[in-house]
Amino acid sequence: MSEWSTYRLGSFLMFSPRTYAGLVERYNAELWPLQPLLVALGGLALAWAWRARSPAPGRWVWALLGAAWLWVGWAFHHQRFAAINWAAEYVAWAFGAQGLALLWAGTLRGGLGFGAGLPVVRIAGLVIVALALAGQPLLGAALGRPWAQVESFGLMTDPTAVATLGFLLLAQRAPARLFVVPLLSCALSGALAWALQVPAAWLVPALAGAAAAAAAWRGRAASRGARARPA
Amino acid sequence: MRSHAPGRRTLLRRALALGALAWRPARAQPRREGDAAPQTRIIPRSGEALPLVGLGSWITFNVGNDGAARERCADVMQAFFVAGGTLVDSSPMYGSSQDVIGHGLRRGGAAQRVFAADKVWVAPASRGPAQIEASRRLWGVPRFDLLQVHNLLAWREHLPALFEMKAAGRVRYVGITTSEGRRHDEVETLMRSQPLDFVQLTYSLRDRRAEQRLLPLARERGIAVIANRPFEQGELLRGLERQPLPPWAAEWQCTSWAQLALKFVVSHPAVTCAIPATTRVDHVRENLAVARGPWPDEAMRRRLSAYTDRLA
Repeated sequence: MSEWSTYRLGSFLMFSPRTYAGLVERYNAELWPLQPLLVALGGLALAWAWRARSPAPGRWVWALLGAAWLWVGWAFHHQRFAAINWAAEYVAWAFGAQGLALLWAGTLRGGLGFGAGLPVVRIAGLVIVALALAGQPLLGAALGRPWAQVESFGLMTDPTAVATLGFLLLAQRAPARLFVVPLLSCALSGALAWALQVPAAWLVPALAGAAAAAAAWRGRAASRGARARPA
Repeated sequence: MRSHAPGRRTLLRRALALGALAWRPARAQPRREGDAAPQTRIIPRSGEALPLVGLGSWITFNVGNDGAARERCADVMQAFFVAGGTLVDSSPMYGSSQDVIGHGLRRGGAAQRVFAADKVWVAPASRGPAQIEASRRLWGVPRFDLLQVHNLLAWREHLPALFEMKAAGRVRYVGITTSEGRRHDEVETLMRSQPLDFVQLTYSLRDRRAEQRLLPLARERGIAVIANRPFEQGELLRGLERQPLPPWAAEWQCTSWAQLALKFVVSHPAVTCAIPATTRVDHVRENLAVARGPWPDEAMRRRLSAYTDRLA
């Protein structure tokens, strides 16, 4: 039997739930009132991306998301979380890479335009972004998490990753490689939440799973369309 | 060919000498009024006495930059030293624990008093010396008393380097660690083949796998034993504390399940020191109190383990 099979999820948890909660609380206090401002900015981006009728690159939306990934990687993972979890240093690099990739593909090249696409996939994107911006924080508070510890878009891992998945679905098309880091982040986060016995630990992985399914469905529809098109 | 193995009389003499040393009081510490010194066991390789209860730091001391939590950890360390404890154990794997221990030692002026037990946990092993030096700086001690190869990671390279450090006087003792019953075969092989001073392993009221081979082997080979996870990270106590204490707990001079569980561990004759981790001053005092008072014999220990097995 492999040695790995003797480990449980909790075996990898090297800090207490209380320590993690305190870290998030101090981080939120230091950055207040950025939280409502970033959520409002995220809402504005969502409304703009949803209402865009003719293909529009939406460079500023991707700049917002790219900056959010860079910020979360640097300010949360590298500067704060890595103090109690050495693995966060690696996550910080992945977040940095994702931020740069979004800036490159969406802002500099303008290749992630909004304004067209399969309606069902766009609706899925809309719902997922809305849940990331408002649903997750409200559900957390409803389940007993103090407001001071609520995780918000642009500052914390989960809402940023989930919102990015939603925006990638709202885009007319998005390369699969841009989904990799957000999906991995959601999987890791779900595992962490499970180990910390956070209520509704399933929510983030479930949203990520829905986003992956929608993206796969869009990809399959696109390849069917390409085959059906006359040469 | 003449054998170099010691004769029966020599062995008996050594055993008696070790027995006499085994329960001598710990080195002088400032203690609370009315507290007796915690009992000690000797480190077989040196004859140095070590209080039976130490202080672990996994999770509990990994509090990062939380100022209030760092002060609480320093309070725990202060209470630990006041109660007569000496051995504090950590690892570079434990996040900010080494830094927090360093803060506690500086605040309490205890860098000379502590028995500093740390680990090397890095691969490739060529990075071992730099990691050890970084750990030493975080602790703020002149040198470590004990360095252990954490979870046997890259032990083929780390162990020779640690033995070299010991020969050069840059560390006093060398050991290896494992936890939760993992890799006991490999640990056994190393205990037989390497001149180890210490082995650290999991031993608790519920997890008694080490009794089968490793604890008897440690006695046979004169290797000191540090028992980690005596409360299984609190999981053991969460189960037991729903049950009433056995009626004969008073015979052990124990007033809680935590004390019974810890006394079970440290009363095993092969165990040199157990390292429960805690964030609470009252708990550290309660733990050190276990190292005083009467000692259960083997029959009493079996009665306790059978009792708790029935509760499980």
